[in-house]
Amino acid sequence: MKKKGRTIKPLTVAFVIVLSVFLLTAFIRLQNIFKQPANFPSPVYSFRDNAVTEDGFLLGRRLFYDPILSADQSISCGSCHIQAAAFTHHGHDLSHGINDLLGNRNTPAIQNLAWYNSFMWDGGILDLDLQPIAPITNPVEMGDTLLAVLKKLNAHPEYPALFKKAFGSNTITTSLLMKALSQFMLMLVSADSKYDKVIRKEGMVFTPEEQNGYTVFKEKCGSCHKEPLFTDFSFRNNGLSPADEPDEGRSLVTVESKDQFRFKVPSLRNLGFTFPYMHDGRFYTLDEVLDHYSSGMHESSTLDPLFRLSDNKNGIILSAAEKESIKIFLATLDDSSFIRNPAFSEENAMKYVK
Amino acid sequence: MAASSSKTDKNNHMKQLIIPAFAAILFASCTASLQQSSTAVYSTADGNVRLLFENYAGLQPLTLNKDTFNTASGERMTVSLLQYYITNISLKKTDGSILTIPQDQSYFLIKESDPASREISLNIPEGKYESVSFVLGVDSLRNTKPIAERTGVLDPATGGAGMYWSWNSGYIFFKMEGYSPVASPGKNNDYKFRYHIGLFGGMNTPTVNNVKTITLPLDKLKISEKKPAAVHIHTDILKMFSGVNDISIAKNTTVMVTPFSAKIADNFTGMFTVSGIDQ
Repeated sequence: MKKKGRTIKPLTVAFVIVLSVFLLTAFIRLQNIFKQPANFPSPVYSFRDNAVTEDGFLLGRRLFYDPILSADQSISCGSCHIQAAAFTHHGHDLSHGINDLLGNRNTPAIQNLAWYNSFMWDGGILDLDLQPIAPITNPVEMGDTLLAVLKKLNAHPEYPALFKKAFGSNTITTSLLMKALSQFMLMLVSADSKYDKVIRKEGMVFTPEEQNGYTVFKEKCGSCHKEPLFTDFSFRNNGLSPADEPDEGRSLVTVESKDQFRFKVPSLRNLGFTFPYMHDGRFYTLDEVLDHYSSGMHESSTLDPLFRLSDNKNGIILSAAEKESIKIFLATLDDSSFIRNPAFSEENAMKYVK
Repeated sequence: MAASSSKTDKNNHMKQLIIPAFAAILFASCTASLQQSSTAVYSTADGNVRLLFENYAGLQPLTLNKDTFNTASGERMTVSLLQYYITNISLKKTDGSILTIPQDQSYFLIKESDPASREISLNIPEGKYESVSFVLGVDSLRNTKPIAERTGVLDPATGGAGMYWSWNSGYIFFKMEGYSPVASPGKNNDYKFRYHIGLFGGMNTPTVNNVKTITLPLDKLKISEKKPAAVHIHTDILKMFSGVNDISIAKNTTVMVTPFSAKIADNFTGMFTVSGIDQ
């Protein structure tokens, strides 16, 4: 028997492996209900490890809105990531977790995460499938332990059956919990703003004012807030003056002094729904944001070189008219179908039962 | 659109037939290759070599929350927690060949609080062995693996609880906590020191890399089925405070994700010696 097995030539084995991998990949792609918008690049998330299915998505959605993930069952992911605010915490500079404890950064939007290769303002988390561990275990957010959460879920009257349906196993593990949450978050794709419809030529055109704003935007903002996701995913010091207790940003995770006060360039999609702005939510209006860039820059050694102007000045040269134009264009990035999509709503999430 | 979608359907049907067939062949070929190397080492409860990690403070056996120890510079302390990853074990034979424990079975978390965890059992082929090598910590690659591959002592919920930084994706390689009158009092006024040393070098941007490979001599240890061996590995926690760099509890009461962590990691290699081999 053994001899027979050995007669398979290495080349044949290699061919079979390559072909199988190719076919399996194609199969997974067909099964994945995640769809890439026509004007977006290929996502970076590894769908090969976690193809999104209807059952997985529905399970993830329910988990996302279920406070069972927090220590005292009072806070869900959706408590701070609210759909109406493009999954940020509308109007809050910082957010409170269990026992009214306050975090130290502004809740980021959850949208188009399939295109990100790092998470959090400082990029400390390297994989979407590892992301939820941070808020679940952070004492000032959901304040629980993963073990306790898994125990609660495994003892729940409905979740084991829902996991069985989605993943074929009713034993809920760290891996399956993370995959389910990822499946919901991956589906939170915002790609139906006016901008998208214009770019995809779906029967919409910019007004002359919007077109003008688009031109100004591309010149003044577009190098960091790159289309079509409106971020280049880099980390930069954009000249915010440090707070009393300075948040050093990216250097906290890289332990490199060159990364001090650098934060992830955020996407500008859905700005109309996601105020306040910046990593600490210090600006409540886009006017404040634009004024910061034109005249509010704080000098420091790690200030991004893009902001260094001649004669020792810093910032972006913007006239009042240009600021107005930019704002008009930015409004075309608001995607109201995204924040109203019933498939993402809390109301529908909890109706999903076994 | 219609034409292309029916084509897709056709492809789909074909794939549904072909995939199971190829998957079966693939599985068969994998099984065959595993059989060929069935003499491969694996870790088991009754292996022929046991690595016994014995934690000491100098020559005094370590106790938790009990005995007081002095560092080389005379700082007094008690230890309340000690755990560290021993991973990627390999053994070098006297003929120069290297036997590597299959990676998936080569992750262990040594906990002072759990005697069973301090014993690593390996089943290795007969032969003369010159040295054993292991990583103190978790190799860079494993720090970036998909969630599904983080099981056992690498599962942040269970086996690896408390040994994973959720906010800065990566494992804590070495964790020691305790109390010292010279420590800074801290928020709770409990004079607690905390050394949580990790950092694997970063994935998207390079950072500090504190992964250390340690090699210990085995003095031509002869292993056969009839002659199982127990290798006593003496881990001296006091060496964490001296060796390459002097570490002061007073000056550095808490060391976690900082560049200074590299100074502590530099001392790791000197912490381990083989104190004896039973056969």
